[in-house]
Amino acid sequence: MGLNSLRKESIHEWNEVLNPSRPQIFVGMSTCGEASGVVAVNKAIQDGLEEHGIDAVVNKTGCLGICYCEPLVDIIKPGKPRISYRSVEKTNVSGLLKDYILDDNPRPDLALGAWGQEFKGIPDLFELDFMKFQVRIALRNAGVINPENFSHYLARGGYQGFEKALDMDPEEIIAEIEKAGLRGRGGAGFPTGMKWKLCRKSRNFPKYLICNADEGDPGAFMDRSLLESDPHSVLEGMLIGAYAIGCSRGFIYIRAEYPLAIKRLKIALEHMKRHHLLGENILGSGFSFDIEIREGAGAFVCGEETALMKSIEGQRGTPYSRPPFPAQAGLWGKPTNINNVETWANVPVILEKGAGWFNRHGTEKSKGTKTFALAGKVNNTGLIEVPMGMTLEKIVYAIGGGVCDGKELKAVQTGGPAGGCLPLAKLGLTVDYESLAEAGSIMGSGGMIVLDEDDSMLETARYFLAFIQEESCGKCVPCRTGTRQMLAILDTFIKGRGKPQDIETLLSLGDSIKKTSLCGLGQAAPNPVLTTINYFRGEYEKGINPKLLRAKAHQ
Amino acid sequence: MERILDKSSIDEVLKVYPARRDSLVRLLQAMQSKFGYLSEEVMLAVADYLNLSPSSVYSVATFYAQFKFKPAGRHCIKVCYGTACHVKGAGKVLTELERKLGIKKGETTPDREYTLETEACFGSCALAPLVMIDSEFYGRVTPDSAPDLIGGD
Ligand SMILES: Cc1cc2nc3c(=O)[nH]c(=O)nc-3n(C[C@H](O)[C@H](O)[C@H](O)COP(=O)(O)O)c2cc1C
Repeated sequence: MGLNSLRKESIHEWNEVLNPSRPQIFVGMSTCGEASGVVAVNKAIQDGLEEHGIDAVVNKTGCLGICYCEPLVDIIKPGKPRISYRSVEKTNVSGLLKDYILDDNPRPDLALGAWGQEFKGIPDLFELDFMKFQVRIALRNAGVINPENFSHYLARGGYQGFEKALDMDPEEIIAEIEKAGLRGRGGAGFPTGMKWKLCRKSRNFPKYLICNADEGDPGAFMDRSLLESDPHSVLEGMLIGAYAIGCSRGFIYIRAEYPLAIKRLKIALEHMKRHHLLGENILGSGFSFDIEIREGAGAFVCGEETALMKSIEGQRGTPYSRPPFPAQAGLWGKPTNINNVETWANVPVILEKGAGWFNRHGTEKSKGTKTFALAGKVNNTGLIEVPMGMTLEKIVYAIGGGVCDGKELKAVQTGGPAGGCLPLAKLGLTVDYESLAEAGSIMGSGGMIVLDEDDSMLETARYFLAFIQEESCGKCVPCRTGTRQMLAILDTFIKGRGKPQDIETLLSLGDSIKKTSLCGLGQAAPNPVLTTINYFRGEYEKGINPKLLRAKAHQ
Repeated sequence: MERILDKSSIDEVLKVYPARRDSLVRLLQAMQSKFGYLSEEVMLAVADYLNLSPSSVYSVATFYAQFKFKPAGRHCIKVCYGTACHVKGAGKVLTELERKLGIKKGETTPDREYTLETEACFGSCALAPLVMIDSEFYGRVTPDSAPDLIGGD
């Protein structure tokens, strides 16, 4: 019982979309599209088709990541390439449909790009600066397929990795993941193969598998976009992991603030059930596995793996100290393997195309690609996926199109509240786990916020510290009261009443909090303050009470 | 949202999940989405159903920011306070909304029409600043355009 005949039909169906006999329209229906008005545009498309008597198929698609051009609408006419139209408004839809579909004028003035070729004055989409430096592995289907259509995923190579895995020994699968050099995309960069191996080794059953889709970092939307645009890539990764490790039950822990991602996951789980990819005896292999969705309840700390497991158990989501690691004793005390959304999405391709194909990209120690949510004061905001080792400069200027309104770049904030602000001088830095950590920030899950000359570094540090302080679960003292003290001191500098010696106080307090906090939340909480003191000390000095400075000079 | 609580409508929600500890958060979520908030009565019923002490139900409920213990307004306005929204002026948008509604964040207007809240991040950072009203998103909101979202004056 394989997927071969279904895949053949799916490829046929997908070809009919790409080389259609009647026009195909794709509407980018993800949260960012919705926020920019795509629902009204979709309605206008239906109305326009009726008005002009056009017979066309309207498909939903996910997010190509080109958020600064939303709402995005693509049209494929028979024998013509797929053309993406940017910033489509409900008022210009009718004209566009008439001009292109009826009168064969592709309206280069409204177009963003044509897929894979230049076409009648429309540039090749993949040669646009925003696209051409990207390597899309995790996002391979995002914005390309209809995320609610199983055939589309299947036709694009979906579940081939899983079928291959079923023919391999679990140890072989794990070895392939190790060879690929895949590391966790949820922040810490722990080698994925090694994690799986530890959990596989345990002789304690049952074993559980978790997909961490809590994505709590403010300024990060990679996982949301991936789940909304291509849920099966994540689910297939989980299936492969469960088979390799020997897990019988899986959970997706997803924040409740992502209703569309939850809806698409539910649809995808239905597809899987229907096609024997979930439940008992999957594809007749003897392997059984089920996946449940659990919604978060608005606690940032629940992204931390031990807190997350407590939350699934129906407890307060407070972390506990490791060891034991989840691989030894996790959910309900049983061996549990937990990986991030993007980590899971990379797994099927590694199986399908091989470790050697995957690890061609990236650096010595950081293989493959990483998605980043590029936002803030940058011209081209969006979701990008680049090979590890690209410089920050290339990301911000070549892909991001530089800083908005011709302003000067001041800093790039990476890693969310656990990360740090890197100054202009560090723009030559390459993005990989090691270099970012060396500079005092972290890769984190992939938020990347561009700050310009108008942004105060003290305010930025305060924003993150206040966030962490609010989200601290209160279980350990350094995090609970330490962050509060740091915040109080920081506020004196913001009000221009800082004490000269308090810059050192912040540094030493930060150092103790990092060393003594129970979980990663507290251990990283001081980073935004520490990096801004390190790189922008002048701004803290400006916040010192002038009277105290004078007094000091008189001593 | 249903306001009138009678025992049978609570029982209906209880039935959805098995009487196990790990149903607790899900049950509270289901109760809140049905009744709009967690009343004492609801929490006692959940405790009873799961065979937990009322204090352990309350302790879990108060841990998570999602749960409300007072009835909310008919419409819920959430201003995104993620990093991108922050640097693009979400603070000013919030201030404008507070001014227009005459309430502070976390509060409900006296006529119970609106509740104003902030959200850690909706993950639509490219469209910052973002405001969500009920289940509709509004991107690139400015302090000037924000009051228009609520209409009237
Ligand atoms: C405070 C805190 C929040 C976290 N939030 C997330 C999150 O939202 N998503 C995520 O995948 N990992 C998060 N992590 C990391 C997880 O603890 C864990 O390392 C990760 O899910 C492992 O998956 P990976 O190896 O695939 O990266 C967080 C960690 C900490 C300390």
